[in-house]
Amino acid sequence: MLNYLIRRVLYAIPILIGVNLLTFALFFVVNSPDDMARMQIGVKRATPEAIERWKADRGYDKPMFVNAAAEGLDRFTDTLFFDKSLRMFALDFGRADDGRDISREILDRMGPSLAIAVPTFVLSLFVSVTLALLLVFFRATALDFWGVVMCVAMMSISSLFYIIGGQWLVSKLWALVPISGYAGGLDAFRFLALPVLISVLAGMGSSARWYRTIFLEEISRDYVRTARAKGLSELAVLFRHVLRNALIPILTGVVVVIPLLFMGSLLVESFFAVPGLGSYTIDAINAQDFAVVRAMVFIGSVLYIVGLILTDLSYTLVDPRVRLE
Amino acid sequence: MTFQPVLLWTDILLFILLAAVGAMVLHVRGHEPLRAAWRKVGQRPTGMAAACVLSAFVLIGVLDSLHYRPLLPPVEGQENAAPSYSSEVLSVLDAALAGLRLNTEKTYSAPFARTLYQRETVELPQGGQARIHPPLRHGGVHLGEGDTATADVAQRGLVAVGKAALFMAALFVVLSVAVARGRRAGWVDAARAIVRGHTTLAWRSALIALGAIALMAAAAFELAPYYHVLGTDKVGQDVLYLSLKSVRTALVIGTLTTLVMLPFAVALGIAAGYLGGWVDDVIQYIYTVLNAIPGVLLIAAAVLMMQVVIDTHPQWFATAAERSDARLLALCFILGITSWTGLCRLLRAETLKLRELEYVQAARAFGASTPTILRRHVLPNVMHIVLIALVMDFSGLVLAEAVLSYVGIGVDPTTISFGTMINMARAELAREPMVWWSLMAAFAFMFVLVLAANLFADVVRDAFDPRRR
Repeated sequence: MLNYLIRRVLYAIPILIGVNLLTFALFFVVNSPDDMARMQIGVKRATPEAIERWKADRGYDKPMFVNAAAEGLDRFTDTLFFDKSLRMFALDFGRADDGRDISREILDRMGPSLAIAVPTFVLSLFVSVTLALLLVFFRATALDFWGVVMCVAMMSISSLFYIIGGQWLVSKLWALVPISGYAGGLDAFRFLALPVLISVLAGMGSSARWYRTIFLEEISRDYVRTARAKGLSELAVLFRHVLRNALIPILTGVVVVIPLLFMGSLLVESFFAVPGLGSYTIDAINAQDFAVVRAMVFIGSVLYIVGLILTDLSYTLVDPRVRLE
Repeated sequence: MTFQPVLLWTDILLFILLAAVGAMVLHVRGHEPLRAAWRKVGQRPTGMAAACVLSAFVLIGVLDSLHYRPLLPPVEGQENAAPSYSSEVLSVLDAALAGLRLNTEKTYSAPFARTLYQRETVELPQGGQARIHPPLRHGGVHLGEGDTATADVAQRGLVAVGKAALFMAALFVVLSVAVARGRRAGWVDAARAIVRGHTTLAWRSALIALGAIALMAAAAFELAPYYHVLGTDKVGQDVLYLSLKSVRTALVIGTLTTLVMLPFAVALGIAAGYLGGWVDDVIQYIYTVLNAIPGVLLIAAAVLMMQVVIDTHPQWFATAAERSDARLLALCFILGITSWTGLCRLLRAETLKLRELEYVQAARAFGASTPTILRRHVLPNVMHIVLIALVMDFSGLVLAEAVLSYVGIGVDPTTISFGTMINMARAELAREPMVWWSLMAAFAFMFVLVLAANLFADVVRDAFDPRRR
């Protein structure tokens, strides 16, 4: 088990290096820092001095890989690649365009992101699985048919509509909760109720339908027939046998996203003005703050790889046949 | 020539896609198993209805993909000079909807309104000023002073219903005769079978879907020349026109994204599965790396960089349309990079299974070369996965376009799309009372398109996925 874990972590390193090289190529090779400076300053005002100042402010005025002017180890450490790319492995992301430390900012904003993402995750898993079990219990009836039709209709609606419609109905028309904003402590509930509700609703259609397919696949297996033949009630079959066996395919899709909950949701956070990592990313995209986008890409990939490892571990919990060697 | 044809990159790719679909139809006709699978699609009522709705959207999209530059009228005194063409790129759809395109108002107006939405201070002819809703330049101007719009709209609506009913009756008769010839029965029998839904293919649901489309189209043809049926947006453009123009962008994103990455996904997936060894390792490594980056962030990073490239090389593009088209195509590529990994993994797994099957082993024993085996024995047997991926991805991509454009990393702001429509309407949300029509039009069009695509994808998957038989 421990051996397996160590091997998985070691395997993650080349992947992270790949991600790192890819982002470096994307941000520094496709466009030279000069191009980016010209774009940000505005082509008309981009004098050579302004470009040099822009690059110096952000530490972009170094050579790409080898600094011929420096001595010793500095030849390789005083470069763009080392500064902007390799330092990320030490979770040192440098400064954003507004001068703040990105790592600090990320730590501060994780809380609000999690405050929305975790309840959304738990609640939507619960609601979708319940709904799917309900549809499977009433399979091949009118309820099942119309339930699936509802699911397909719900997944055909743009997530923007859920957010805009929900804000309009609940906050504006019924004035139940504030339209947007965020507060700490117990007060947070008033601000979080609507975004969580909307996120659950927006994701319900596709996930409930997906779980239903998994359950249906499981329900046609022989062990289910055996369980029924023993005289178990349909409910007992569903909960004790089908649900437990269906956990494996469900986990594959679900556990991987748990670490990514830290990143928050781009859309919901920006619509509800929640100061989380999602809105941080959106603001960075709109302000073309390349350093922040780069940092988020790196963190996202780290979290994804953690998710993959967690998925493997979770298999051993739900399926005793799986041994990690 | 009074116009100069223009071929944008996405046009070319769309036409290639259409040609591929045509070739596929010919291919399917000659192969009984494939024909049986497609017949299954046609037997399902939802499949037929969804296919009809999708065809209507495709028709709009194709009309909007035939681009040209109109000839400018010769300048006074230079009649003999070489003809010069407008820098504005139009499409056949633009020409057909010229009335809608050119009849712009000053700013917002509600559907069927005769006045602007906001009050404005106007100078009265007899002197003095007044705060009134100024009358529209085009919407409802044919009405007299005392006429009400409601009666006029109802009257024209009835005419539209009549026309649609006539069209549907004619279509019904033609279809009955066609079905009758296939069944070698009288057309009355065939008509009865269609009404009861007893035909092999689900013609009844196709007729219902076509009826709904015909009704919409007839109503639009009757009313749109006289009113702004879906209102106007901030700069006074007709929302119906914007919605119809958005269809092409949605279709381009939905289909070309999968299409442009298809060669890579198929080649790499099959190679990894069949060859194994270090090739498999390298390909797996590539798609794990791409997969590890959360999709939105990879798209954001790539789009930001693409913007810089496009902005720093203005000399590459002759017209604004070409620039926004290049950006649209680049967006397709970027979305493709993030979405091909799933298909590649599926193809790899399927090929792993196929290479152990008897017929592939036999081909290898006969000494068939690896490329031949891949082309003749493996590729045809994974094509159903490709087809299912193509139709399943479509709806997700159309929805993604709207979100990405909203976030600011989607299509060019000058490209008309559902995303830019929603983005433009964002400022109107806080307005009291709310300007709802352009948002609702974008959402409604998108919903119908995506719903049809989802239903169609489900039916195709049921017909082609061997595990679901």
